[in-house]
Amino acid sequence: MKEAKPTDIDLKGRKVLLHDMSLRDGMHAKREQISVEQMVKVATALDDAGVPLIQVTHGGGLGGNSLQHGFALASNEEYLQAVVPLMKQAAVSVLLIPGLGTMRELQSAYDCGARSVHVATHCTEADTSPQHIAYARKLGMDTTGFLMMAHLNDPRGLAGQGKLMESYGAQTIYITDSAGYMLPADVTDRVSALRDVLEPHTEIGFHGHHNLGMGIANSIAAIEAGASRIDASVAGFGAGAGNTPLEVLAAVLERMGAETGVDLFKLMDLAEDVVVPMMDDLVRIDRASLTMGYAGIYSTFLHPAKRAAEQFGVPARDILIELGRLKMIGGQEDMIVDTAMSIAKERGLLKDVVRA
Amino acid sequence: MTKLKCAIIGSGNIGTDLIYKIQRSKILEAAWMVGIDAGSEGLKRAREMGLKTTAEGVDGLLPHVQQDQVQIAFDATSAYVHPENSRKLNELGVMVIDLTPAAIGPLSVPAVNLREHAERAEMNVNMISCAGQATIPIVKAVERVQAVDYAEIVASLSSRSVGPGTRANLDEFTYTTSGALVSVGGARRGKALSVINPADPPVIMRNTIYCLTDDEPDQAAIIESVASMIEAVQEYVPGYRLVNGPLFDGKRVSVFMEVAGLGDYLPRYAGNLDIMTAAACRTAEMFAGEILAGTIQLEPSETA
Repeated sequence: MKEAKPTDIDLKGRKVLLHDMSLRDGMHAKREQISVEQMVKVATALDDAGVPLIQVTHGGGLGGNSLQHGFALASNEEYLQAVVPLMKQAAVSVLLIPGLGTMRELQSAYDCGARSVHVATHCTEADTSPQHIAYARKLGMDTTGFLMMAHLNDPRGLAGQGKLMESYGAQTIYITDSAGYMLPADVTDRVSALRDVLEPHTEIGFHGHHNLGMGIANSIAAIEAGASRIDASVAGFGAGAGNTPLEVLAAVLERMGAETGVDLFKLMDLAEDVVVPMMDDLVRIDRASLTMGYAGIYSTFLHPAKRAAEQFGVPARDILIELGRLKMIGGQEDMIVDTAMSIAKERGLLKDVVRA
Repeated sequence: MTKLKCAIIGSGNIGTDLIYKIQRSKILEAAWMVGIDAGSEGLKRAREMGLKTTAEGVDGLLPHVQQDQVQIAFDATSAYVHPENSRKLNELGVMVIDLTPAAIGPLSVPAVNLREHAERAEMNVNMISCAGQATIPIVKAVERVQAVDYAEIVASLSSRSVGPGTRANLDEFTYTTSGALVSVGGARRGKALSVINPADPPVIMRNTIYCLTDDEPDQAAIIESVASMIEAVQEYVPGYRLVNGPLFDGKRVSVFMEVAGLGDYLPRYAGNLDIMTAAACRTAEMFAGEILAGTIQLEPSETA
């Protein structure tokens, strides 16, 4: 009998820092309606399972409470103040997208105990982040530069953008597959390009979405190419078809010999007993989220597009495809209703508003 | 007909576009352009377009102000040098229109509050931000019908039209615009969001304006008010266009706008830059009209 062939990828002894997104990205899937009590329940369970870093904010991050992105049940400060004091080992992080959140809000989050921040820009607009990255570093926060919709920039372009963020002070640069569009080879090329140009002490992170079912495979490709931080969500709770499912990733990494320090069975139980029952709709690959992964559309657009579809009688898939054609990016949620209205007018379902 | 002479401080894209706007005016004349680099494209183009130029900064202009009867200056430099530029020019009786985020003078949105400023003969008025120019008129249009508790705007700008100054200081852009939704737009609270979109070909500037009214919105009155406000802005920005709305949902009023530029020096998609130069030019015309009619006089002032 032939000996079993060892896998090509061996992650034995590799240390990987897992960063849970369920209490930030999961807010999108709950239309921002996660209560403080639910946040505390999930966060303390994640802490107990040994997850070292947990993101807690509105889905849009700091400054996210708005008509554009929805109002959460509590302010970011209220969520942070409830969660942070209960953490035994985990640090709590926040998301800051310049243009939506500001340094004032970052200071406020820091005052509430947040000690890590994703400073996020579209993958070509890193130069909108220097003041925020510098401010986070001044506060002593663990600071990442988070390049969203990374499939829309090539490896060389992303490397340049990452280098800029590193120059502002970012300690980790993230490749963020906001649309769940990338395939493992895309991830490998991008992470490798970053590794080539960044200082050796600068870490690389990967944030995946599961719209094409590639969350795990892409995360493994990222680690193999040099990434040491991976974002994932327990039960995949997140925008679109969800984030890389944390407990599945933990199981795969354990099989491959990587060291994450998390308790797999506790994460499985948390996913099944607590997080899945919290979901309004099961976070899964349905035709709308598959459309996003297939066409490269920002995952957060999923629920607003479904709502606009109902309101104006235009299929969500048609709205999403048109948003992709118009090259709309994260933050342009207003264009979902606008696009739905324009399509409805073309199809004779809606008339222009006229003066009396 | 007599034209009032203007100087443009700053020889970049905004300054160059201002030359075109001023040359189209019936009552303004572009007399001087001030730069800091003798070899700059902007100064060369200004000379070709018939302007006098200096590469010595504002100090290079000051000795010529009286002789050349410069009465209005546009400052398209930066928030850091604007206060000093303004002080020097005001001392000589030159009124300054501030296109930087410095905002040391009252905020001006021509379709909303310009006449008040002209009547008070303010010596320095600020043009807020592109997002402010594009959205405050709509907030005001709703607010003049009924009280607005909260106004929120989203400005989408093409990446190519957003310069390094704005990028490096995005929070200032946010704060200035948010504040003006309240102080000029009349909302009780305001929040401004901006998105920079890198699509190629570049996308035209889009703005979405949301207002939450205290009481149920008077739909017919708001539709009428918004339509007439758009016409008022179109007088100086012809590419200011309603795409969708007003959309009413409970107490929420949503208006979806587009701003295309005139394509003078700046490309058409850069409606965000065009609305700034057009609004600044409109502001200058209002002051010039009053000055030429003798209804206001500009007096040298010690402070801006």
